[in-house]
Amino acid sequence: MIDFSKSAGFNLIRRHRAEKRFQWAGRSAIFISLTFLVVMVGSILMDAAGTLRQTQIAVTVDLGPDAVDPDNIAGARFGKILKSALRAQFPDAKKRKEKKKLYNLVSPEGSFEIKRQLIANPDLLGGPQTLWLTASDDLDLFYRGKSDASLPESQRRISDLEVAWIDTLAQSGSLRRVLNWNFLTNGDSREPEIAGILSALVGSLFSLAVCFALSFPIGIGAAIYLEEFAKPSRMSDLIEVNINNLAAVPSIIFGLLGLSIFLGYMGMPRSSPLVGGMVLALMTLPTIIISARAALRSVPPSFKQAALALGASPVQAVFHHVLPAAMPGMLTGAIIGMAQALGETAPLLMIGMVAFVVDVPDSILAPATALPVQIFLWADSPERAFTEKTAAAIIVLLIFLIAMNLIAILLRRKLEQRF
Amino acid sequence: MDIPFISASGVNVHYGAKQALFDIDLDIQANKVTALIGPSGCGKSTFLRAINRMNDLIPSCQFDGSLKIGGQDIYAPSVDVVALRAQVGMVFQKPNPFPKSIFENVAYGLKIHRLTTSKQELQDRVEWSLKSAGLWAEVADRLNEPGNSLSGGQQQRLCIARTIAVSPRIILMDEPCSALDPIATAVVEELIDGLRKDYTIVIVTHSMQQAARISQRTAFFHMGKLIEVGSTKSVFTNPQQEQTSNYITGRIG
Amino acid sequence: MAYETLNLTKTARPKWLDRVVVALLAAAASVAILVTLGIVLSLIFETLQFFKKIPLTDFLFGLDWSPQTAIREGQIGAKGSFGVIPLINGTLLVSAIAMLVAAPLGLASAIYLSEYAGKGARGWIKPALEVLAGIPTVVYGFFAALTVAPFIRMTGGQFGLEIASESALAAGIVMGIMIVPLVSSLSDDAINAVPQTLRDASLGLGATRSETTRRIVLPAALPGISGALLLATSRAIGETMIVLMAAGMAAKLTLNPLDAVTTITVQIVTLLTGDQAFDSAKTLSTFALGLLLFILTLCLNVVALKIVKKYREHYD
Repeated sequence: MIDFSKSAGFNLIRRHRAEKRFQWAGRSAIFISLTFLVVMVGSILMDAAGTLRQTQIAVTVDLGPDAVDPDNIAGARFGKILKSALRAQFPDAKKRKEKKKLYNLVSPEGSFEIKRQLIANPDLLGGPQTLWLTASDDLDLFYRGKSDASLPESQRRISDLEVAWIDTLAQSGSLRRVLNWNFLTNGDSREPEIAGILSALVGSLFSLAVCFALSFPIGIGAAIYLEEFAKPSRMSDLIEVNINNLAAVPSIIFGLLGLSIFLGYMGMPRSSPLVGGMVLALMTLPTIIISARAALRSVPPSFKQAALALGASPVQAVFHHVLPAAMPGMLTGAIIGMAQALGETAPLLMIGMVAFVVDVPDSILAPATALPVQIFLWADSPERAFTEKTAAAIIVLLIFLIAMNLIAILLRRKLEQRF
Repeated sequence: MDIPFISASGVNVHYGAKQALFDIDLDIQANKVTALIGPSGCGKSTFLRAINRMNDLIPSCQFDGSLKIGGQDIYAPSVDVVALRAQVGMVFQKPNPFPKSIFENVAYGLKIHRLTTSKQELQDRVEWSLKSAGLWAEVADRLNEPGNSLSGGQQQRLCIARTIAVSPRIILMDEPCSALDPIATAVVEELIDGLRKDYTIVIVTHSMQQAARISQRTAFFHMGKLIEVGSTKSVFTNPQQEQTSNYITGRIG
Repeated sequence: MAYETLNLTKTARPKWLDRVVVALLAAAASVAILVTLGIVLSLIFETLQFFKKIPLTDFLFGLDWSPQTAIREGQIGAKGSFGVIPLINGTLLVSAIAMLVAAPLGLASAIYLSEYAGKGARGWIKPALEVLAGIPTVVYGFFAALTVAPFIRMTGGQFGLEIASESALAAGIVMGIMIVPLVSSLSDDAINAVPQTLRDASLGLGATRSETTRRIVLPAALPGISGALLLATSRAIGETMIVLMAAGMAAKLTLNPLDAVTTITVQIVTLLTGDQAFDSAKTLSTFALGLLLFILTLCLNVVALKIVKKYREHYD
């Protein structure tokens, strides 16, 4: 009698158990990797959420003619005005130390904010006015419940006195939380509550522009040469090997190259998006060349043959017929290359794009930093509030990367439909 | 009349929306060579692969009907495909030795099923299998060389040795000679004829001459349907169906 | 009878223009060579400068790395020590931890994707894993330093272990996860290149899927998989941001994964981010480190690419 059941022998029970374990191992490997991804992005999102809104504090300041000269608004001493307003609101702060704590409820940027609001709206002049000013990061964190009030006073950043003030402010409706546009419109700052990413973002965009302007034409030029014109020779073999190896060279090596050649030998301006973009261009070149070659190969040879048959020269055939057809594929590769370049940090550190940049750079020669470098710098700051800023900057960076990859995917879809 | 060893009734096989086999009823007798013939895409390979459930590996493949071996429905829930395939071996179209030594190729099935208990027994069993496949004389002194170092015909006999090592009851062969030259083909055909006394053999073949040479029974498939089945002699000399005679005389296929 | 004559000589476009275009394209292609040349020459040139100040043997065999420069003339120990062994130790320790994470996870994922997952599951799992490769390393560094390292420290504390807030383990684990997609996609390619006929043969003999995978598919794909692992190792050795943010700065000889260590890449960045004279031994040492890193990763890449290429030809 022939037996095909599980009891047929062949060690079936043991072997099926091994099979289950094996499958389970594969599933858990994928599960672990993806869980890591979810936990990482999730925890960063949670940290970043705090940056979404910024606490503001209502301060009644005296804007009478004694304090501010209507003909010379900018000349007024807004720091003094703000301080006296705070003292008036909380007269119990007597000692120097206490006063210092009191002033620390409002961001050091507060006096400039009064000035800006006045210049924008001179009607406020003439008497006491209640203005909303950015609160300090300590107040912000406490108000959002991120500081642990149950700790002994000596172990927290905020004293009992400040806690009492904040409670009073909260009860009188003098605290509010507003959408934090400043994060997107300000440059870097030592004060987390007003630090923003605009300068880093512009630095990144400048660098990417330089990177694209260099690597795209060179990359597709190289790809066209290798695919359409190069005869098999030692030279083209050498180029091939070089491209493949360059793709795997650690990014930091490109930083060293930029440092010694662009900065040291050619004397280009340190910390500038120009040099940053050039270094990034060298790094993305292999990616662009490889994808551009794939795009060229995917164009049916009939395109070129038809053009040649009509009497076009090989160069004309390639530029008029093959290149336009391959363009979407090349752009897809270029966007993916740019996305890589946008996330690159190490080589930029080495050519000095780690400067503390408050002002938005106005040219590719101005000192600048880049978004991932800003993330690195903020991640190093001890303040808890900067952790949130770092996380928020990461989210902005990820949003850019997702957008770029989406565009690339859509382009590729469109391309697939065509051929 | 012999009792059928393999018995298919009402077998339908679909690949997704496409139906590959239509309502096949076919009995196959033990210790005979049964040839499945027909033009490409006629479903003969699909039927062959249904006998050891190799079609299970294709996710879109759907089997309906009953296929019994020794009276047991091999598609019943209680059936373990591993046990089934251990007893219904298969030889493929292209010789596909594992990238291992000749010895390891034959020992593979014995090892995974733990059919031998000692090293000596394993060696004896490998030797016996190679001898049964008529390969021993050619490879006895080079058992540790890679399986792919053999010639095509030798490779195919190695694959047969690998299959019979685990002592299956049935050997399925899917065009085993289509990749071989005429001389190697003749050797393998002779081997198949010799194996008949110990195994039930079902062979798919493209070549009618081969079917005529080595099989005792022949089944003719066309467009997923079983057109005719009978003794090889009667199918080739006196086909009952017009389609069969058209195929045999070379008018279709 | 008159024939119209065909003019086969005149072209509307001058030929030299085509030549110029092709020459420009060739120039673009040779940029790749120029970059390699630039890297090699600049590294070698600056490294030679460095070895004028510090002997080669001190660099290669020195057990102490403390590249501080003199604050005033004639200070004791002003030259600093430039022994690279502790850095190699740290680099290899972190890379080894990363590979201990990435190799099993990446390989197991690749096996599951190619041998078990249905088309639908593969369709979303593969891109989801690729997302891991698209996240910038600075993000991993942030996560390693702010979440993973404190977590390890806390967990170690539960068992009475004293763990530094920066450790090779934290950096290594996170780096390992980052490399998973690289290992899995290259291994996936290697596994998929194994002919289906081999799987059929094994399954037809009654082997289970896992037996087929372990005994037939994996040995056949081994060259491709080892190529993948070599490329991944090279990637781990050259990785900068994660170690910079999470592994610490301490140059020491240790095999303890709970210690803070420093790596070649971290030292290159650290020594170059301060402002210092371009020709100081401290600055120049980074080029020697860079050259070492370049040679190390280049060797791994060349061997890996060769294995992968040879293997591809084998089955084509």
